[in-house]
Amino acid sequence: MTDIDHLNPPTGQMADNVIGFARALRAAGLPVGPGAVIDALNAIQLIEIGNRADLFATLQAVFVKRHEHALIFAQAFDLFFRAAEDWKHMLDSIPLPDHAKKKPKPASRRVQEALSQPAVQDVPAAQEQELRLSVSDKEILQKKDFAQMSAAEIAQVTRAIANMRLPQAELRTRRFQPDPRGLKLDLRRTLRGSLRTGGDIVDIRRLGLIDKPAPIVALLDISGSMSEYTRLFLHFLHAITDARKRVSVFLFGTRLTNVTRALRARDPDEALASCTSAVEDWAGGTRISASLHAFNKQWARRVLGQGAIVLLISDGLEREADGKLAFEMDRLHRSCRRLIWLNPLLRFGGFEARAQGIKMMLPHVDEFRPVHNLTSMAALIAALSSVPPPHHFSAIRPAA
Amino acid sequence: MTHSAPASVEATLEMLTSRGYLAERSLATVLFLALRMGRPLFLEGEAGVGKTEIAKVLSASLGRKLIRLQCYEGLDVASAVYEWNSAAQMIAIRLAEAAGDTDREQLSSDIFAERYLIKRPLLQALEPDTGGAPVLLIDELDRADEAFEAYLLEILSDFQVTIPEFGTIKAPSPPIVIVTSNRTREIHDALKRRCLYHWVDYPDAARELAIVKSRVPGISAKLSQQVVAFVQALREQDFYKSPGVAETLDWATALTELDARALTAQVVGDTLGALLKYQDDIAKMQGPALDKVLKEATSD
Repeated sequence: MTDIDHLNPPTGQMADNVIGFARALRAAGLPVGPGAVIDALNAIQLIEIGNRADLFATLQAVFVKRHEHALIFAQAFDLFFRAAEDWKHMLDSIPLPDHAKKKPKPASRRVQEALSQPAVQDVPAAQEQELRLSVSDKEILQKKDFAQMSAAEIAQVTRAIANMRLPQAELRTRRFQPDPRGLKLDLRRTLRGSLRTGGDIVDIRRLGLIDKPAPIVALLDISGSMSEYTRLFLHFLHAITDARKRVSVFLFGTRLTNVTRALRARDPDEALASCTSAVEDWAGGTRISASLHAFNKQWARRVLGQGAIVLLISDGLEREADGKLAFEMDRLHRSCRRLIWLNPLLRFGGFEARAQGIKMMLPHVDEFRPVHNLTSMAALIAALSSVPPPHHFSAIRPAA
Repeated sequence: MTHSAPASVEATLEMLTSRGYLAERSLATVLFLALRMGRPLFLEGEAGVGKTEIAKVLSASLGRKLIRLQCYEGLDVASAVYEWNSAAQMIAIRLAEAAGDTDREQLSSDIFAERYLIKRPLLQALEPDTGGAPVLLIDELDRADEAFEAYLLEILSDFQVTIPEFGTIKAPSPPIVIVTSNRTREIHDALKRRCLYHWVDYPDAARELAIVKSRVPGISAKLSQQVVAFVQALREQDFYKSPGVAETLDWATALTELDARALTAQVVGDTLGALLKYQDDIAKMQGPALDKVLKEATSD
């Protein structure tokens, strides 16, 4: 085994190139830390540098820690270490590419965008208005449809949403923790305690099972027909992502995008902006069936395994409603613990499931709820903390 | 008997091949690096592509002991690392009492001694071994929960375990660690950072054919070719779970057991359960769909 000297990593032209390459990867969005760079420098000393494939595999093993990044890595590698007859020579002499030398800081563009936005003046106005709001105004706001709100009202609702917290303990794990009312005897702690009294067991310690929050997976429809709601739902999802660890969020219109990481940013505006930039089909058409298929195939096994609750937020207006939609819904329903469909269309008191897509999806959900105002969002949170109903669809609930 | 670690990527490849594991060069490269750098190797990929097998081959060809930790939900320190033998400790306390021994400090250090320590796989892997440091296989880490994953951080970076009553146990020479995951959930970056990462993919047709030939003795050249062509065609279809190499080998064995000489719609239909494990997928492969793939696979 070769010892890794973290304080004195190898230096030289080749080292500079690897460092430059690492910087290029970082600029392309890969999480490449300084530790990985030192690893890479040590690793390339171990292989024969003349073999391009080996260098590729070596750097990949060090820099890529997720399968999704492999493609970006491969492209970056091709660009950086361009094929050449004697490319070992190239590796020794290649100058740092310009983009690696002076890459713009990722924040600067956002700052520029933020500075150039004229909407900045709206914020103090909204705050001022909130101060003037009476209690009854707030009541009205609770029940007002998100789609009918003014910009100032939306700003207030956003703040209310940011304070929403999902209840925590829900899922019983198979892991134990000290618990005086637990059922299992904690021999280890009992014994340690008994030593204090010279071996007499005075105090019997117990263990109980740990409860932890069930993972939540949200599938949010961002098609054109949902556009008045998506931003607020994203705020809602950001608020619950902030407070719990295991929340995964996917956006879908014509295609599915995983925005879980993007939503992790502390600041809601920053999180929403990175969500928006991750999605290519914002406010376009809807292909629920295809998106659910993509989810079932690529993600279901990875995010639903731990008894997840699925929130499907969509109006269910699917153009290509056929047998496939029912099939994918059924599969989704069978892979999760509880499937809750949140549909803003339910705001209409006399809602009837007439659209073909909605009819196909309804038999496969456990609950069907409205989400169009603060009251219904609060009701959702209350429902999530209650004991889950049996695993079948019960009844359409009237609008709150 | 212990063999020394391979000296180059070629030697690693040769070592794997000699044990019947036909690996891609990229896998041999990361394996070689993991051995040389003393880093854990994190293998991710679909079920049945041969991730676990690598640890077995490695232990056999290096002559090291294989210690396997199969992960599951709720796996905790008591079943993965160590546990105190409470019953024996209790008896020791009673004996000390009967002998009129009242020195508490002495009793405490007697009770928490190594002979009352029950060693589980992770602690065993840190023990000195005359045959060289063992191969530690942490299998299907994605099945354990996050709390256990966090516990692994200390072991994987420093190869040591801290037992509050006893002290820190550090491996004299670090074990060769292989971690596998089927991606039923994402493993935290903090853990991946400590490892070399490799995505194990399905093999291409030529490699799969070689694997079938070496692992299923007595299979005819024609049948093995058709089997591989069929499986490769299946992987291009949109299935919930595509067959892995393990399934290919199962199927090839099943077909030779049935004395099949070549693929026919009848024999494929009867044995499809060896390849596809979901009813929806099997239903999709009935009738014309099966005939089409079969025709492609048996055309040449």
